[in-house]
Amino acid sequence: MNASAVTADAGAARVEVAGLAAAYGSGDVAVRDVTFTAAGGEAVAVLGPNGGGKTTLFRALLGELPATTGSARAHGTIAYVPQTERSRLDFPVSALDVALMGAYARTPWYRRIAGADRTLARAALQRVGLAERAGTRFGALSGGQRQRALIARALVQDAGIVLLDEPFAGVDRSSEEAVMSILDELRAEGRVLLIATHDIEQARRWDQVLCLSTTQVAYGPPAQTLTTTVLESTYGAEIVVIDGGERAIAVQHHSHSHSS
Amino acid sequence: MEILDSGLLQRALLEVVVVGATCGALGVWLLHLHHTYAAESLAHAMLPGLVVAALVGAPLLLGATGGVLAAAALIALAARDTRVGAEVAVGVTVTTAFGLGALLALAPDVPARLGELLFGDLLGTNTTDLLVAGGLAGLVALALVAGHRPLSAAVFDPLAAPSLGVRPGRVELALLALLALAIVAAVQALGNLLVLALIVAPASAGIRLGRSVGGQIALAAGVGALSGLLGLVASAELDVAAGASVALAAIALYVLATLVRPPGPRATGPRRSLVETLSG
Repeated sequence: MNASAVTADAGAARVEVAGLAAAYGSGDVAVRDVTFTAAGGEAVAVLGPNGGGKTTLFRALLGELPATTGSARAHGTIAYVPQTERSRLDFPVSALDVALMGAYARTPWYRRIAGADRTLARAALQRVGLAERAGTRFGALSGGQRQRALIARALVQDAGIVLLDEPFAGVDRSSEEAVMSILDELRAEGRVLLIATHDIEQARRWDQVLCLSTTQVAYGPPAQTLTTTVLESTYGAEIVVIDGGERAIAVQHHSHSHSS
Repeated sequence: MEILDSGLLQRALLEVVVVGATCGALGVWLLHLHHTYAAESLAHAMLPGLVVAALVGAPLLLGATGGVLAAAALIALAARDTRVGAEVAVGVTVTTAFGLGALLALAPDVPARLGELLFGDLLGTNTTDLLVAGGLAGLVALALVAGHRPLSAAVFDPLAAPSLGVRPGRVELALLALLALAIVAAVQALGNLLVLALIVAPASAGIRLGRSVGGQIALAAGVGALSGLLGLVASAELDVAAGASVALAAIALYVLATLVRPPGPRATGPRRSLVETLSG
C-alpha cells in the first residue's frame, strides 16, 4: 500500500459550536459565549492568551468537559494532537507504536491490532516523513518529529476533525515547514483543522481565526479579524503593535496553567 | 539443593515466585502512572483488616480483602477534604489506619502475630494459600494482558486517550483494583510492609533495563521471581527472616540494574495523584 491510502473519511466533517460555556470542577467558568461553525476543508486558528479557553474548547469538543450552556458538536471522527512537550518522553514506545494507537478505538480488547491497521500506520508514518524513524523511541525524536508522529496517529484514526494544541511549540524551523505542509494537505483533503496557538503571525496563515479571551472576541477570516482592536481585547495590555499597526505581537507571560 | 526436599520450602518457593512475578509486572504500570504512593497507602492502611481477621480467627485472605476495601474507601473519603489538601488527608488517614491496626494487635489478650502481619509468614504458606495466590496472580496477569493498550494510552497521552477510545480515569481505577488483588495475594507471604518492595523494586529494575513496555514487564516479572528465589535460598542458608530476605534481594537486584544502566530521561507529562483517581 502506498502513502496515498491514508486519506480523510469525509468531506462531511463539521464542527458546530453554539453559545458554548464550559467550566471545570472548581466552578470557575473557563470559556463562554463561543459560537462558530467550521466545515470540512477549513483550518481555524484558535488564538488567545494562556488561560483564554483554547484547551477548554478542545476538551468540550472531545466530550470530556460538559457544556454548562450551549453546545459543542463534532460531526466526524475527532483526533487530538497534544503539545509534544506535554507527552511522556520516558515511556518506551516507538514512533510506530504511537501511530498504531490510532487504531486502538476500533480494536476489541481481545484482538491484536489488525494487519490492515499496521499497514495503515506505516503508510501514515511515511506520509509525515518518518518511515525511517518507525522504530525510534518517541522520546528520542526531535520536537518536530514527535509532532509528526502524533499527526500520523490522527491519520490512522482517520479523523475528519483534527484538534492541534500549539503544534509549532518546541518545533525547529525545518520541521515547522514540514508540519505546515502536512497540515495544508490535511485541509485540502476536506478535514477540519482547529489549531490552538498564541502566535498571531501563525494565526494569519489559516482560513479563519477564533479569538478567545475567556469569551469569544471575534471569529472570521484573519484579514478582517486580526485588527488592533480585536487583538487588544484578546490579549489586554499584553499586546504590542509594531510596524505602524501592520503587525502585532502578543507578549506572553508563561504561567504554566494547564487550562490555557 | 536440600531446600527443595522440604514441602514447606517448596510451597514457600512457589508462592514467592508467583507473587514476585505478578507484583513485578503490575509494578511497571504503577510506576509509569506514578502510583507508588497509592501502592504504599493501600498496603499500609489495610492493617486493621488483617488484625481483625487474626483476632476473630478468620482467614487472613478475608481480612486482607476487607482491609484493602476499607482502606480504599477511607482514602477516597479523605481525598474529598479540601481544607488540608488531599495528599495530607490521605497521609493522616493511612497513618491512623496503621496505628489503629497496631493498637489492636498489641492489646494484651491478643495472640502475638503482629510481626507476621507486618512482615509476612512465607514459610507458613499452606496449599490453600498457594492456590489462592496463584488464582489471584493469574487474574492480575490476564487483566494486564487484556488492558495493555488502554494502559499504554493512559500513560503516554492521557489528554488524547478519550479520543482513542480510552478513559484514563477508569483505567487507573482498574489498575488500583488489580493492585488491591495483588496485595491480597502477596500479604500472606510478605506482610503489608514488605509487599511494597516486590511492587516497586523489580518494576524499577525492569523499567531501567527494558527497551519496550513489554520488555520492561517481562524483565520486572523475572526480577520479581528471581528476588523470591534468591531471598528464600538466602534465608534458608543463613537462617534469617524469609520475607525480609526476599525484600532485600529485590532491592539488591534493583541496585544492580542501576549499575548496569544509569538513570534515563526523567518522567515528564501530566500526572494524577491517587486522590484524583479515587475521586474520579
